[in-house]
Amino acid sequence: MTIPSENTVVPPSVTETPYIEARHLDVGYNKEVVVADINFQLAPGEAFALIGTNGCGKSTLLKTIVGLLPGMGGQLSVFGGRPGNNHRRVAYLGQFHRSGFVLPIRAIDVVRMGRFPSLGLLQRMTRKDDEIVQNAMQVMGIEGKTDSPLMSLSGGQQQRTYLAQVLAHQADLLVLDEPTSGLDAGGRELYLHAINDELCRGASVIMATHDIQEEASLCHQVMLMARKVVALGAPNEVITPATLLETFGIVISGEHKLHALECKHGHEGGHAGHPNPES
Amino acid sequence: MEWLITPFANNSFMVEALLAGILVSIACAVAGTFIILRGLAFIGDALAHGVLPGIAAAILMGFPQILGAAAGAAAMIGGITLITQRSRLSSDTAIGLLFVGMLSLGVVIVSRSTSFSGDLTRILFGDILGSSVVSIIIQLAATLVIIAMAAVCARPFLLLSFDPEQAEVAGFSVPLYHNLMLFMIAITVIVSFQTVGTLLVFGLLIAPAGAGALLARRIEKMMAWAILFGVLSMYAGLLISYHFNLAAGAAIILVAIVIFFIVFTFQNVRHRHFAPVQGKHDHP
Repeated sequence: MTIPSENTVVPPSVTETPYIEARHLDVGYNKEVVVADINFQLAPGEAFALIGTNGCGKSTLLKTIVGLLPGMGGQLSVFGGRPGNNHRRVAYLGQFHRSGFVLPIRAIDVVRMGRFPSLGLLQRMTRKDDEIVQNAMQVMGIEGKTDSPLMSLSGGQQQRTYLAQVLAHQADLLVLDEPTSGLDAGGRELYLHAINDELCRGASVIMATHDIQEEASLCHQVMLMARKVVALGAPNEVITPATLLETFGIVISGEHKLHALECKHGHEGGHAGHPNPES
Repeated sequence: MEWLITPFANNSFMVEALLAGILVSIACAVAGTFIILRGLAFIGDALAHGVLPGIAAAILMGFPQILGAAAGAAAMIGGITLITQRSRLSSDTAIGLLFVGMLSLGVVIVSRSTSFSGDLTRILFGDILGSSVVSIIIQLAATLVIIAMAAVCARPFLLLSFDPEQAEVAGFSVPLYHNLMLFMIAITVIVSFQTVGTLLVFGLLIAPAGAGALLARRIEKMMAWAILFGVLSMYAGLLISYHFNLAAGAAIILVAIVIFFIVFTFQNVRHRHFAPVQGKHDHP
């Protein structure tokens, strides 16, 4: 697996308004707080990983950020305003695992939905929109599946399609809930490249993940969660056996190599390296 | 050939029935497609029965049946929304409750009428051969409204069927478009009951669209198939009822259901011969 390191695009300055700012934020649902007192900032062009077990509050926080759930205390601003008010600028990949009836739609129809927030109700798809859609499918390696029915695709190919939809959005903020679930090694590699490109064009990414090795280490900050904030900071500072023990209740033995995709900014790239080929 | 055309050439009531039927088929195909995509079959069924007490009251008190039907549909949707929002019960419990409640209420009201069984049969099974020019014009207007709604709301309706959360994040209010979709289904039921009846309109909502779903890879094509199957059912059903002196509404629905099973069998045989069962292959 190779990591792109030749990108030299300089993202917008980190000093401008953060895309997300949480102060003493409590998140939860059904009137029950799941995680209390969350504090962080996400600057333009930065990536942020939420790490924790199932039920630790990752998805709840992400849903609060996109406005699907109301905040339960404290403050949360997205692009300096209320969450859920910037549909054109926010792309969201939820963890939907629909069963039962599958829609009679093709892969490209799913990716095209990524253009809907910009187009609104009636504006027609232009050639530019088509190009964006084609390009997103290419980036995720599903350009050969354009006309395939979604239901004929494998789980991993479907996940690639959903990721292509997110990319087609061309959003400033990508909110991704377990984006690599079901992806094979090739899919994960394409995904990491795609995210790196998104960061380099100045977009921010916040993602929930279980993957400490690759995904978390390409992020500028990680937050370890276990129905509370266990630790927050740069990956190489925060991901330690002690914090992992507190987060997951187990120690992951062996070398957990940290590495980062380079984009020539922010990150003190001391750990830029190559991941294990078999990971 | 004569067998296929003469009934319509010689009887204006057959032409009117066919016209009304084609319009109903188009409306039902459009609404039915979304019912299937969104998994709203049960609510569609409930709406079809929920209009019964409204129609019955209208007959008894002498105001237009279509207004009674609209009131019944509004009460049904309002009741379902109220129960789901104000209790922990799921919507299918609410739907089931109101569905039976409204049906009984309808029968109770009709039982006050002097021509009990005649009225009830007409409401439940429709009176397509009694289609008037006025009812055809109303049907035409409603069908146009339904097509326009589906065209304007195509994106939110698609997102809603795909994943309601995506719809919300994309800036399309889920409650708004969900209710618009219910409204569209309600209009379809309200204007269609006179043709095929409240009991059978549901068949026309889901059988053609269901057969279309089996064949189509795209929603537009699914809708086109549904319209084709619906119109075909209308024509064949009317013809059969004319030649064999059978109840028209029921004959139409039977044809629609038979078409569904023919398509279903065809699809199964085809897949068995040419392709493995579709599904997730490499998912862990």
